[in-house]
Amino acid sequence: MAKIGIPRTLAYFLYFPFWQAFFTELGHQVVVSPPTTKAILDRGVEDAVNDACIPIKIYHGHVAKLIGKADFIFSPRLVSLRRHGDFGTETFCPKFLGLPDMIRVAIDKLPPVIDTRIDLKPGKEELLKACQETGDMLGHEGKEVLAAYKKALAVQKRFNQLLAKGVLPHLALDIIEGKKKEEDLNRDGFDLNIAVVGYPYVIYDPYVNVGLLKLLEKEKARVYTQDILSNKILNKQQKYIPKSLFWYFSNRAVYGGLYFMKQKDIDGIIHVTAFACGPDSMVDKLLEIECNKHNKPYLTVSVDEHSGEAGVRTRIEAFVDMLRYRRATR
Amino acid sequence: MKISFPHMGHSYIAFKWLVENIGHECIVPPEPSKRTLDLGVRYAPEFACIPFKILMGTYLEVAEKGAEVIITSGGMGPCRAGYYWVMHQYILNELGKDLEIIAFEPPLCDLKDFWRKLHRLRKSGGLSVREFIQVIKTAWEKIKAIDDIEMRSHEVRPYEINRGDTTRALWKALDMIDKANSVKEIEEARQEGLKVINQVPQDLSRNPLKVGIVGEIYVVLEPAANHYIQIMLGEMGVQTDRSIYLTSYTRESAIINREEDIFAVARPYIKEAPIGGHGVNSIGETILYAKHGFDGVVQLAPFACIPEIVAKSILPKVSRDYDIPVLTLFIDEQTGKAGVQTRLEAFVDLLEKRRESKKRERLVV
Repeated sequence: MAKIGIPRTLAYFLYFPFWQAFFTELGHQVVVSPPTTKAILDRGVEDAVNDACIPIKIYHGHVAKLIGKADFIFSPRLVSLRRHGDFGTETFCPKFLGLPDMIRVAIDKLPPVIDTRIDLKPGKEELLKACQETGDMLGHEGKEVLAAYKKALAVQKRFNQLLAKGVLPHLALDIIEGKKKEEDLNRDGFDLNIAVVGYPYVIYDPYVNVGLLKLLEKEKARVYTQDILSNKILNKQQKYIPKSLFWYFSNRAVYGGLYFMKQKDIDGIIHVTAFACGPDSMVDKLLEIECNKHNKPYLTVSVDEHSGEAGVRTRIEAFVDMLRYRRATR
Repeated sequence: MKISFPHMGHSYIAFKWLVENIGHECIVPPEPSKRTLDLGVRYAPEFACIPFKILMGTYLEVAEKGAEVIITSGGMGPCRAGYYWVMHQYILNELGKDLEIIAFEPPLCDLKDFWRKLHRLRKSGGLSVREFIQVIKTAWEKIKAIDDIEMRSHEVRPYEINRGDTTRALWKALDMIDKANSVKEIEEARQEGLKVINQVPQDLSRNPLKVGIVGEIYVVLEPAANHYIQIMLGEMGVQTDRSIYLTSYTRESAIINREEDIFAVARPYIKEAPIGGHGVNSIGETILYAKHGFDGVVQLAPFACIPEIVAKSILPKVSRDYDIPVLTLFIDEQTGKAGVQTRLEAFVDLLEKRRESKKRERLVV
């Protein structure tokens, strides 16, 4: 039995249930880094190359946090999850592609890194191959891995079903882990509908976005994100833009935005973006122009190392007030 | 049609000839200036990289001059540059500019689209297929000649006795190429141009430092974007070799020519390739320059360039392992010429000291 360390950021928010079930089923203990804190960010800023974006720096911090607590760091090389885009070449952001190599160079005294390459462009069965490879590294036989893989798929499916019901991923994770019950989720008392689009590791990490979702809840706004939409709905949006983007999470954010801006009952759209995010320079402008065309209120919240709660709150309150006023005058 | 295109080093000489000889009017893009950048910065997204901003400014400038169509390249990712034409078009539309961008996606991705666009250019220009092919071939010869001349100028510059002679000779030579109109004339102009550069008074007793230049294609190729770094280094007495030329792929003699090899060279350091742009190349090329005895490497990249950030984070290890100093310059709209110069001077000082101390070590041994 080994301790497998998983950083609580980046792909964690959408794919953690799968890997947790997979490793647990193989008899390992999964160690997750604690939720992001200032200390984690500071450590990341120290280790990572200074030109990197906040999420990548935070990732470095989470990995460093796992040193001494885990025997292996699980940092798969996320290349792609599907064949998509105008040329079928959709990948993750280039920084994801080089991430395992980056942390190896940047962080001292790192335990062995499991950097299984995950490229599902050729087909879904590649995921099993990636699992086999991961199992191999830990000394498991094919049969065991297959069983764990099936179990993991089932857990991920349950997670995805929760998302389809409109449960946001960070809450769905709590439900899967048994920390919360589905029935306890607050579903009433909202008088505004706001779509929040952006990358999972920005929207669902309350440290990064200084509690944006909580703020919205307090303002009695019900939050929708691209992750509660089915792939079918998302992918239908592809035809409304001249060329789809090259990055998986970006496409999801753009498609989600495009879908929400056509919904009458959505009052406004908030795009949360991390300072110096490369893909977002395209995503943000595109959403802004499209929202203008659709006459939908649009707010960009850009977060960085120095984002203060007061600053974000002021902007959110102003936006929400504007939406209420807009609704009242219609 | 009134056609324009992005400004990228001296290549405009060949593209201008191409557009005119297809039968269109060419609006030659001005060399990117402060105004170009200001225009671009005003309308481009804040975190778009500097090539996006410069192109944005260039498009607005040629729009003022009456351009109707922009020809540029597309891309299949994961570098952002492949999406730039879409964003540029969005922004131009929003500004109410009547400018259409025709982007050539990589032909391997969508051959039909590629042919359709070529066909449109040819038809509207009124050329037969045979003439069209001939014109393209000639333009290609022009690009090659321009690259040859520029390469030679960088070899000669560190030896020049009177500062600035080589650059003046380079312009004279480029002017000759500009005036050439057939494959034969281009060849003559090339020979003549090389001769002009070779005739620059030189002090061959010097033993200049050798610096390789790697990085993102646009800021490497466009002197106006990188503050004429190769000329600056040349005039400090440093010989530079840059990894990227428009005609790199066809050159067997260049140190860096075949992309597959580069990926293999970089593999011990980054297991994934490509990661977009020239990210992996920057790592592989640094290794090759070290192996070829270069004194140092300068990595040029736009601020917030995704692939080059990955490369930058890995380069310190390459630098240690191969004992070659690497200077990374991230360029944005705030970068000033004096800043670049100071850093280069310090870097060159360091390289000179290293060379001396190595020589001394050898003497002691």
